[in-house]
Amino acid sequence: MIFRTLGTSARKYALFALTALLLSAMNAFAARSDLTLAMVLEPPHLDPTAGAAAAIDEIVYANIFEGLTRIGPDGAVKPALAASWEVSADEKTYVFHLQQGVRFHDGAAFDADDVKFSLDRARAPESTNAQKGLFTAIDEVEVMDPSTVRVSLKYPSGDFLYNMGWGDAVIVGRTSAAGNKEKPIGTGPFKFQNWAKGSQIVLAGNPDYWGEKPALDRATFRFIPDPAAATAALLAGDVQAFPSFPAPEAVPQFQADPRFEVVIGTTEGETILAENNARPPFDNPKVREAIAHAIDRKAVIDGAMFGFGTPIGSFFPPHHPAYVDLTGERKYDPELARKLLTEAGYPKGFRTTLKLPPPTYARRGGEIVAAQLRAVGIEADIIPVEWAQWLDQVFKGKDYDLTIVAHTEPNDLNIFARDDYYFNYRNPAFKALIAQIEATSDDAKRKALYQRAQGILSDDAPVAFLLQFPKLGIWDAKLQGLWKNYPIQANDLTAVKWTD
Amino acid sequence: MPLMSFYILKRLAIGLATLLVASIVVFTVLEILPGDPARLMLGLGASEDAVAALRDQMGLNQPLIMRYLSWAGHLLMGDFGRSYTYAVPVKELIAERIAVSFPLASMALLLSTAIAIPVGLFAAARRGRTADLGIMSVTQLGLAIPNFWFALLLVYVFAVSLRLLPAGGFPGWSAGIGPALKALLLPAIALALPQAAILSRVTRSALIETLSEDYIRTARAKGLSRAAVLFHHALRNAMIPVLTILGLQFSFLLAGTIIIENVFYLPGLGRLIFQAITQRDLIVVESVIMVLVAAIILINLIVDLAYALVDPRLDGPR
Amino acid sequence: MNRSLVVGLAITLLVAAMALLSFVWTPYDATAIDIPAKLLGPTAAHWLGTDHFGRDILSMIMVGSRNSIAVALVAVGIGAGIGIPLGLLAAMRGGWLDEMLMRLQDLVFAFPALITAIMITAISGPGAFNAIVAIGIFNIPVFARVARGAALSVWSRQFILAARALGKSESRIITDHVLPNITDLLTVQITIQFALGILAEAGLSYLGLGAPPPDPSWGRMLFEAQTMIGLAPHMALFPGLAIVVTVLGLNLLGDGLRDVLDPKR
Repeated sequence: MIFRTLGTSARKYALFALTALLLSAMNAFAARSDLTLAMVLEPPHLDPTAGAAAAIDEIVYANIFEGLTRIGPDGAVKPALAASWEVSADEKTYVFHLQQGVRFHDGAAFDADDVKFSLDRARAPESTNAQKGLFTAIDEVEVMDPSTVRVSLKYPSGDFLYNMGWGDAVIVGRTSAAGNKEKPIGTGPFKFQNWAKGSQIVLAGNPDYWGEKPALDRATFRFIPDPAAATAALLAGDVQAFPSFPAPEAVPQFQADPRFEVVIGTTEGETILAENNARPPFDNPKVREAIAHAIDRKAVIDGAMFGFGTPIGSFFPPHHPAYVDLTGERKYDPELARKLLTEAGYPKGFRTTLKLPPPTYARRGGEIVAAQLRAVGIEADIIPVEWAQWLDQVFKGKDYDLTIVAHTEPNDLNIFARDDYYFNYRNPAFKALIAQIEATSDDAKRKALYQRAQGILSDDAPVAFLLQFPKLGIWDAKLQGLWKNYPIQANDLTAVKWTD
Repeated sequence: MPLMSFYILKRLAIGLATLLVASIVVFTVLEILPGDPARLMLGLGASEDAVAALRDQMGLNQPLIMRYLSWAGHLLMGDFGRSYTYAVPVKELIAERIAVSFPLASMALLLSTAIAIPVGLFAAARRGRTADLGIMSVTQLGLAIPNFWFALLLVYVFAVSLRLLPAGGFPGWSAGIGPALKALLLPAIALALPQAAILSRVTRSALIETLSEDYIRTARAKGLSRAAVLFHHALRNAMIPVLTILGLQFSFLLAGTIIIENVFYLPGLGRLIFQAITQRDLIVVESVIMVLVAAIILINLIVDLAYALVDPRLDGPR
Repeated sequence: MNRSLVVGLAITLLVAAMALLSFVWTPYDATAIDIPAKLLGPTAAHWLGTDHFGRDILSMIMVGSRNSIAVALVAVGIGAGIGIPLGLLAAMRGGWLDEMLMRLQDLVFAFPALITAIMITAISGPGAFNAIVAIGIFNIPVFARVARGAALSVWSRQFILAARALGKSESRIITDHVLPNITDLLTVQITIQFALGILAEAGLSYLGLGAPPPDPSWGRMLFEAQTMIGLAPHMALFPGLAIVVTVLGLNLLGDGLRDVLDPKR
């Protein structure tokens, strides 16, 4: 009778409220332990030890596979399958004490032989590990007992423990390694369940996990490369988290929406305008300096990234303790750029090409950079290329003048010390410095050396430094524990949980 | 009908020969695509020996002719090989993608035919009157609209503004028929309407064409009603151009949904091949193209047979 | 006076005039980037608004029209110029020539057009020339098929049988009897193919396979608009309308021409 006295519209409202209450109560129970995340790219396969695609690590790292060490959300090295370790005084011998009672997802027991197998497999001549450089310091891996491994190095390496935390260095099972591309078998808190190609990958909680069990028992990674679809999927609730959202233009919309939490973090992605230092006119330091001064980083960040991203003046991430801000060294100054070009013998500028790989930051950033170069007299013809062509022509063939790309690997300052790298940049002093850094483990000393290295790159201007790529994380406001930053490419779900 | 079965056999033989030539063309053309699949798979930081090792594993170091023979031989036995990038049998990949593309193309074709044939008939029957002019103006507009722009408008109205339908993505058939069809609805409409505009115009002009033929005039003169003439005589004879366009459209829809699949991010055959080309997953590109070529040849064969059925004159000596 | 012809001609001339005008004048430099002025809706200063780089959309549409028209025109020219004679020849001669030509057509025809276009551009890089080649190749069998089918359907008619019985030469039969009787179908087809040519160019540009930036193209403008559809729908609206109006004008023109040319009226 109470409904009647309330009248029709009130009755409808009461019914609606009741239904909504019921539904939300059901949701509260149903949605607690499962999560659908979205990623832009689908991985080609799921073996992190046989491919460089960041998308592999973004699914399997810390979730399916674990290494001896792991990189935490703050970028620090933490114990993982190695519970502890000792380092010899000469820093050339590491003894790892392994976790006990660990099993692979297929039931096989994990022991020291798996560690030796994994490290030897990764550094073997026929290995297809994309980051073989991580293992070059290793001289020998010995099994001392089932839970102890000794790794001897050829030379002291300050980065060794860090390197062992990469996705490329995870420990795989002796019997299951061959099938990891399709059906990854690791030791982590999540098991691979199924993969609908072109659509999604589902992980399920591992009830036999050796460590602390995560709050989630089911995680679905859905692949949404299209920014418009990404926005729609989040708004519709089809996905509850987009840890690395591809459309900076849509971020303000989510910032204004209380249902979502927007977390702007950093990545290891130094985004640069690379120049072919071996090819005229870029072999002329004055031309490279002119280009550095011709570029307005703020306009690039505003135009290509809708204001997200941090300008950089060298090849070093601003969130690193050893970072020095050198953006003031090569200021945007088109007048100076024209003057430098005249001094270099190009008073009227010159014509060149700018090869752009597919990502939006490169294509949009490239259009802006080309316009800025045009303003000082450099006509850069834009050539859009696919990744395959970019790798073939630019990266391998070094057949390019200018290109834009983000170098996303952590700790990759040393690429400027490689003789055969596609920049064709050669500076023996810089090379010596990098060798010194690699052999140093004292933090204070390393910091000073890193800062010197940044200064050299800013002075030499082998490439033009644009921005540190941002991590645009958008997720349901009730979700906790996703990483703010990308110290390493990973969506570590071990600490993720729903709150109310 | 011995003449008929000979005709069918001949068309079949021609189809197979086309397939053979096509396989050679596809294989050779793809081999000159720049880009090393092994390097692409290993990425930026890969060392030279890792790339070389992978090339060897993938069999990329064998001579071209050997690779063609091995590929074609396996293809004949129904073995499509394994994808370089996904590391799964190509057959599985194709099957998964056809489960999206085929329903989408069929939905679009059904929708377009269901709209176009009655509209075309109606317009032809009302030739020159207001209804005909109105319909022709609308189809004129339909002809001019790019399907992907139409798709963008649909997304803006139904997904961004009204939030009635998803803006993209495909939940998979495992999510149930409802959500799956819902995801395919906007793409199918975007594909169907411009197609319907073409088809209804062709239907109308073919009908009008036949209506002016002598035998139709004779039929009318004999006292047959306008409707009877339209349905019994004109429609049947107008089927040839209509069938041509229908065949073209189905082939187009099967392979040409690529842009719409991009707009809506649907994991269909078009996207598979687009991704495979950019990733230099040659074995996938080759196999998908061969499947599509085979499908198109089959469709053309069916259209040819349908010609022979509706117009027996084509079968006889010319 | 035929209404379609007048309206179609007017629109087509307008678009052509816009394309020509863009060589000497546009409201703004179509490639000038002005980030602070980005994503403005239509205003007095920018009639059709600005894009994500603050470029003037009206100027971009004007300059982009040249690209669309040129690519479609050349591609359809290639298709009709080669395809129609081939189709007529095949219909008239029959026999092994018909057989061979049709088999060749089958082969081209058996390849999915867009995918082959993508392959062509994957091999030789994106650009207007490759777009022309890709679209042109697939216009050939379309015209050949339609010309052959249409010619065959008139071939067995009384007046042609009569002309043949009278011993008229094949070329005379074609020009005097076959062509006039299939002109309307061919005109419809040219209309459709031209529409498709503009649309195909837009499609290829949309996929990033047309002329590269900074030269504006309608398809790429739509691609860039897609991610901002909720933010700046005008970016998607106007380039699309430009395509629709252009194609509509050409189609109306084709229709009008057909009505005027059709001898049966």
